[in-house]
Amino acid sequence: MELTKEKLLSMYRTMVRIRTFELKVAELFAAGKVPGFVHLYVGEEAVATGVCANLTDQDYITSTHRGHGHLIAKGGQTKLMMAEIFGRATGYCKGKGGSMHIADVGLGILGANGIVGAGQPIATGAGLACKYKKTNRVVACFFGDGASNRGTFHEALNMASIWKLPVIYVAENNMYGISNYQRNHMNVADIADRAAAYGIPGVAVDGNDVVAVYEAAAEAVARARKGDGPSLIECKTWRHRGHFEGDPAIYKNPEEQAAWLKKDPIPRLEAKLLDLKYATQADLDQVQAEATAEIEEAVKFAESSPIPSADDVLTDVYAD
Amino acid sequence: MAQMTYAEAIRDGMRVEMQRDPNVILYGEDVGLFGGCFGVTAGLLQEFGPERVIDTPITETAIVGSAVGAAAAGLRPIAEVMFVDFMGVCMDELLNQAAKMRYMFGGKARLPLVVRTPCGAGMSAAAQHSQSLEALFTHIPGLKVVMPSDPADAKGLMVAAIKDDNPVIYIEHKQLLNVSGEVPEGEYLVPLSQAEIKREGSDVTIVAWSWMVSKALAAAEILAKEGINAEVLDPRTLVPLDKEAILKSVGKTGKLVIVHEAVRTNGFGAEIAAIVADEGFDLLDAPIKRVTAPDTPIPFAPVLESAYLPNEEKIVKAVKELF
Ligand SMILES: Cc1ncc(C[n+]2csc(CCOP(=O)(O)OP(=O)(O)O)c2C)c(N)n1
Repeated sequence: MELTKEKLLSMYRTMVRIRTFELKVAELFAAGKVPGFVHLYVGEEAVATGVCANLTDQDYITSTHRGHGHLIAKGGQTKLMMAEIFGRATGYCKGKGGSMHIADVGLGILGANGIVGAGQPIATGAGLACKYKKTNRVVACFFGDGASNRGTFHEALNMASIWKLPVIYVAENNMYGISNYQRNHMNVADIADRAAAYGIPGVAVDGNDVVAVYEAAAEAVARARKGDGPSLIECKTWRHRGHFEGDPAIYKNPEEQAAWLKKDPIPRLEAKLLDLKYATQADLDQVQAEATAEIEEAVKFAESSPIPSADDVLTDVYAD
Repeated sequence: MAQMTYAEAIRDGMRVEMQRDPNVILYGEDVGLFGGCFGVTAGLLQEFGPERVIDTPITETAIVGSAVGAAAAGLRPIAEVMFVDFMGVCMDELLNQAAKMRYMFGGKARLPLVVRTPCGAGMSAAAQHSQSLEALFTHIPGLKVVMPSDPADAKGLMVAAIKDDNPVIYIEHKQLLNVSGEVPEGEYLVPLSQAEIKREGSDVTIVAWSWMVSKALAAAEILAKEGINAEVLDPRTLVPLDKEAILKSVGKTGKLVIVHEAVRTNGFGAEIAAIVADEGFDLLDAPIKRVTAPDTPIPFAPVLESAYLPNEEKIVKAVKELF
């Protein structure tokens, strides 16, 4: 599959926007400006970007504690996200969710999630709704390598496979569940192999190559839209930073970290764009400048937004 | 009005809503051809087809978790969990997903789902198939908890639960499934936060729910012969609780006995006692009594199980202690 210039440039822009957002959050967190804790997606941008580039506004995703990248790739607005991370009344969740629970149900984003593995059955149910309503919508379900050990993984994939639900399960294998290296937490090298247990396709791809992710997801999405059921895609990737901001990541091997940094998905796509003459260095700089301006704007919006009224602690518990 | 069992009434409530709204679907283990472990869903597969009445694998986590996703994406799922005792398997899906999604999203989600599940002892099913776990769910803001005690309420509350835009835990009692009563036909709804006085009285208020309403009514008949006129109040929904009705009744009688089948410690009876002590202390002219199961798992042998269960004698005794 040859991707068009527009598609590649648009994916590049998304990845740069995610990276810029995340590095800004890191800076703000270090400066003590955002409450709680944050798990950043730096290094894994190609996964959300390659998958979501196959989705429309009508499709659904479920996300994780490392969700900012998924939300941006699905079309979430950075200023509403930033305001939420700041705990402001103008945020996506009016300051009730924070980094780990940002959602935009109107855009099909059924929430980041603070519980590892919880998104898998939720995605399955959204897939059931898509199929039942004959909407041709699909669901992409993001989760980590660690989450693929939860019972939810087994139950969700089994259910989706027997009912042929339009769900794309995306394992983001960044090799670690907090500090626990993959070889210590599962007895298979490829999470993709687990698909065999449910009789569905499973592929492992280079998760730092946005084109490879895009292509694997395109196939899975096409299959889902045709009514042929779910797929499992494993994207091998790497988080550049600690598990959460402030984690010194002493469990990481420095050589391995250095080797992975060389495979950073953003410079890789830049090289490709320059090589194909789809962009000049000036074009790329322009994309970065726009992303920087957008994120600065988001921070300004968040910082100048009102904090929630304490009275709102009691609202939104039940729907009337 | 029609004569129906409690099980038929639950089914009738589901049927009425499934006919009215194509987004209502029903799924769970063996709910289709088999008609549900207790026959509650019999015939619905034939009436609504396999797209709407779906047999699931044995997969409580995915049943409840997917109901959350299906509700968020626009369906109104009714998920059956075969026994309330199995809720431990899907507790995250209830307490962290269903209950909180709306709040965490700043009010921008609706989760119209019903989890139906049977509770209760009395059939020597022992400790893993007999519990009354309603207090667990009432402790989680964001869930609503419904426990009907007769066929008419079973139907009306089912209809209300399905129409409600929130996650509702609808707990049916196994001992009531074959109990018959008059049930209004067609559309019939019992609002979720309305208690009902099942027997008027002036001397003592007995608050009871689910199977224990019949025990309280039987106790009231015994008491009446001894000149004590008991009022029996069934909250029907524990969350949201109709506390005004309870306070009003206690205001009339001055005495309160709470009866529940669940074990004593941290049972929902403690919550009702606390509310009345807090907001109705002046209404009371005697201490509040609770009649509950003891703090033990549920035994198997019939003699042990009946020793475990609250019954009319225990209720009569507790009431008499107040006079
Ligand atoms: C059910 C549950 N158990 C444990 C945790 C604590 N926890 C948060 S993130 C995490 C590691 C998750 O690893 P993985 O799924 O690989 O995702 P990654 O962080 O690598 O993106 C753990 C153990 C949790 N949030 N939820």
